[in-house]
Amino acid sequence: MKPVAGEEKNPMARTAHSPRYSLSHLKTLEAEAIFIIREVAAELERPALMFSGGKDSIVMLELARRAFAPARIPFPVLHIDTGHNFDEVLEHRDREVKRLGLTLVVGSVQEAIDRGVVREEPNGSRNRIQTAVLLETAEKHGFTALLGGARRDEEKARAKERVFSFRDEFGQWDPKSQRPEVWGLYNTRVHVGESIRVFPISNWTELDIWSYIEQENIEVPSLYYSHRRPVFRRNSMLFAVHRFCQPRPSEEVFEAEIRYRTMGDATLTAAVPSAAATPAQVREEVAGTRLTERGATRGDDQVSEAAMEDRKKEGYF
Amino acid sequence: MDLLRLATAGSVDDGKSTLIGRMLYDSKSIFTDQLEAIERTSRDRGDDYTDLALLTDGLRAEREQGITIDVAYRYFATPKRKFIVADTPGHIQYTRNMVTGASTADVGIVLADARKGLIEQSRRHAFLVSLLQVPHLVLAVNKMDLVDWSEEVYESIRAEFVEFASKLQISDLTVIPMSALKGDNVVERSANMPWYQGAPLLHHLENVHIASDRNLVDVRFPVQYVIRPHQNRNQDYRGYAGQVAGGVLKTGDEVVVLPSGLGTRIAGIETADGPVEEAFAPMSVVLRLEDDLDVSRGDMICRPNNRPSVSQDIDAMVCWMGDSPLVPGRKLAIKHTTRTARTLVKELQYELNINTLHRNQEAVDLRLNEIGRVRLRTTSPLMADEYRRNRATGGFVLIDEATNATVGAGMIVGAD
Repeated sequence: MKPVAGEEKNPMARTAHSPRYSLSHLKTLEAEAIFIIREVAAELERPALMFSGGKDSIVMLELARRAFAPARIPFPVLHIDTGHNFDEVLEHRDREVKRLGLTLVVGSVQEAIDRGVVREEPNGSRNRIQTAVLLETAEKHGFTALLGGARRDEEKARAKERVFSFRDEFGQWDPKSQRPEVWGLYNTRVHVGESIRVFPISNWTELDIWSYIEQENIEVPSLYYSHRRPVFRRNSMLFAVHRFCQPRPSEEVFEAEIRYRTMGDATLTAAVPSAAATPAQVREEVAGTRLTERGATRGDDQVSEAAMEDRKKEGYF
Repeated sequence: MDLLRLATAGSVDDGKSTLIGRMLYDSKSIFTDQLEAIERTSRDRGDDYTDLALLTDGLRAEREQGITIDVAYRYFATPKRKFIVADTPGHIQYTRNMVTGASTADVGIVLADARKGLIEQSRRHAFLVSLLQVPHLVLAVNKMDLVDWSEEVYESIRAEFVEFASKLQISDLTVIPMSALKGDNVVERSANMPWYQGAPLLHHLENVHIASDRNLVDVRFPVQYVIRPHQNRNQDYRGYAGQVAGGVLKTGDEVVVLPSGLGTRIAGIETADGPVEEAFAPMSVVLRLEDDLDVSRGDMICRPNNRPSVSQDIDAMVCWMGDSPLVPGRKLAIKHTTRTARTLVKELQYELNINTLHRNQEAVDLRLNEIGRVRLRTTSPLMADEYRRNRATGGFVLIDEATNATVGAGMIVGAD
């Protein structure tokens, strides 16, 4: 059956197939996220949205745009630049910031290393040391609330984190003293010096993100789609050869069809073999996958069962 | 595909984690690397079998002590529905945790161990599910394998629970005999209990009718945020953003703004996708009004002939979650829809014993995890509905202004 004219364009309008007053799971998640983002803008003094150019933060930015349209997003975006970025991701970041007329604040890990504020880790990953740069940058700009794109399905410690997550003066998370969140009535009060991290897409899964990207036609960096390039194998994961990631003499380089499932520190983020070249194909692939995205692509989260919990307690996102 | 929110309550021993693990596992929502990690942990600890509870116990202390500390959220989907599971521990901080998990749930699952029958805790959980007005309740009579799949045992537990439930406000009750460990009646119908005619749990969760649970009658739109673009091309634009809390709003509808009571019409309903003709819960939309009224965050838009009470005197059931007790005379902040005010606790009418349902009118305070009926006086009027009529406009939280902690969850019984 053909949808009635005018309904076709707008997915929020009811369709001929669905009961009159029911909302799809994606539109329900969207409505919840928009409510949370507006709550932050209404109740908190100086928020900023964490934006890395990765798929979750792209969805976050799109939700923020929707929350305030036709007005501009009423807060700046913040990027903690590890210096280990994929070029495509930075390009995407800058394009989006310009398109939406936003202010971009960048905290540079490289600069913090040069100033001696943080020290490079032996494995070269800047995932952990970026925490200090995040806290410093937030403090310098007086950001009291940081909106982030973390999801509870990513990891076990995150599964227990509230939507509004409070951090003490040191940015630390205390899982044992979280505020109860009932009926979407979020208590946003903070003492001077404390801050809040807010996670509007807490209830989304990786599959929801891709279904939404497909449904709403959202542009993401091309690295998320299948492409052919030279790769090598390390710790049974596939790494593409690029300026941050060079094979050791013992590691054989070969061509493969790959895509990135996550965009982390470029020195450590692995690709997955994939032929998925469109949002619909990626959604299908994600629906059938048997590995979590962190397990499949992040060298640093496999270290211990509590790796993420420990980093969060130190102030990590 | 729609979304169903599920809250489960139970203690360490009644197999709740196993049940959730089973649903995740059988719906293929557990990933190979997650399973390998818990198999490794189980092996290292010297367990005889892989402990599926490790899938939900996420924090270091929980794994070390074998306890669950906080509400954990889990996600799985079948071709019919996406499920969000709020997994609440049943022993410590149970009121706080259950209230958090159940406040937005469509379905509550209470577990009972078939060997032990209904214990105090099962009744307590069922009571909280009814107090929070979770529309559908499932009693899962678990560990049927340990009572030889006995219909008689199941029947006596079922009958006892139905009798107890008749004293509560439960509109839809389903009782299912199961063995989460063996997988009987979780996803697959049990071959061991041919006497049970009903559906397995997952089938029930996929099909339970939740669309009618929302209030589509009473139009309620709490104004959350005023959108004023300050851009040359949208200079006169003024939109009222919010999430619909009840009823169906239509363009052209006559409305009033509370508490002022000024009337106007809806000029348009907008979303980032473009205008829509109608809006209903839980849509987040922007309303434009025909007249230029003074409308701000915390106001409520509704229909002229169907209004909430506009009142500073509120009667409510309160679940107390604070460390220092609630006593008459105490002053707190109150957040109700998008409105925040201050409130004075005028009276504690009674404390409700949630095991016996006895009302203790001699009570002088409410302590951590206790529930009671209070009368509040607020500094500015609330646009209040009875909680049983609308969870979104009938619920509120109480905040300690010194510590900023959320110390109470309230359900409005009446306002005058």
